[in-house]
Amino acid sequence: MEQLMADLKKQIIEALNLKHLKPENIGDDQPLFGDGLGLDSIDALELIVLLQQSYKVKIDNPQDGPTIFRSVKSIAEYIRANQTA
Amino acid sequence: MFISGTSIIRKQTVIHKGALAFENKSVSLDDFLTGAYNYLSPEYPKFYKMDRLAQLGFLATEFLLSDFPIKQYSPESVSLVLSNAHASMDTDVRYHESSKTSSSPALFVYTLPNIVSGEICIRHRIKGENTFFISPAFDAELLAAYVDQVMVQPSVQACIAGWIDVMDSHHDVFLYLVEKEQRGLALPHTAEELTKLYR
Repeated sequence: MEQLMADLKKQIIEALNLKHLKPENIGDDQPLFGDGLGLDSIDALELIVLLQQSYKVKIDNPQDGPTIFRSVKSIAEYIRANQTA
Repeated sequence: MFISGTSIIRKQTVIHKGALAFENKSVSLDDFLTGAYNYLSPEYPKFYKMDRLAQLGFLATEFLLSDFPIKQYSPESVSLVLSNAHASMDTDVRYHESSKTSSSPALFVYTLPNIVSGEICIRHRIKGENTFFISPAFDAELLAAYVDQVMVQPSVQACIAGWIDVMDSHHDVFLYLVEKEQRGLALPHTAEELTKLYR
C-alpha cells in the first residue's frame, strides 16, 4: 500500500503537470480537490485516464468519483479493491 | 487612443519596454518558457498546465502589465483583441499524437486558439469584450482598426492587443496595451506605429 501511494503521487505529478510539487508535498490523506491540492474537473478526467492506463481500473459509477478521488490513500484503496490479479 | 507599452517574445528572448528582459536560447522552447516563468515568479501554478500558446500569452501579459497595473480599471472596462496565424495547431497536433495511445483531457481543452484569451482574462480579472483573429501574418491595419472600434465604446478604458503565434519551436509574440489615458510610450494607436513596434 505504501509503495502504491508513493507511485501514485509521482504519477499524479507527472500526469497533471504539477511541476511545482514533489511527491513528499502530497499527504496520503490530503484532499486532492477544493482547498486541498486544488485540482479541477479536467484533472479528474486525467485521473480517470491514469487509473485506466496504468492500473486497468475503471470507475463504473461516475457518482463514486468524489469518494474515490478524495485523496491518494482513497485512490490506492480503490485500486487495491478493484484491480484484477 | 494611445499605445502605453509593449512586450515581445521572439527567438527565446523577451523584449520589454524596448530592452532585453529575459533570454535563454540554449534550451528547448518549453524550458525557455519555464525559465521565464521562474524569472518572474508569479506564483501561479496553473501556468504548468497551460499549452505553449497560453504560456506565451501569459508571460507576455505579465511583462506588459508589470508597469501598467490595470486594476485601476473595472474588469468590464478592459478588452482583449488577439490574433495569430497557426490558431491552436501546435496543441492540435500534440493532441492528435496523444490520441493514438490515450487522449489527454488536459491537452484537449487547449485545442482552441482563444483559450489563451481566457487564461489571460482569468489571471488579470478581465471581463470586457474579447476577440481572436486568425490571419496569415501580423496585420497592423486590422488590429488598429478593430481595437479603435472596441475602444470607442464609452465603457472601455483599456485593451490588450496583439499577436501570439506558436508552431513547434517557432514563436512570435507582440502584445501591446492601448489606453484612452496617455501614459508610458504614449504613442498614437495607428497601423504605422504598430508596424514599427512589431519589427
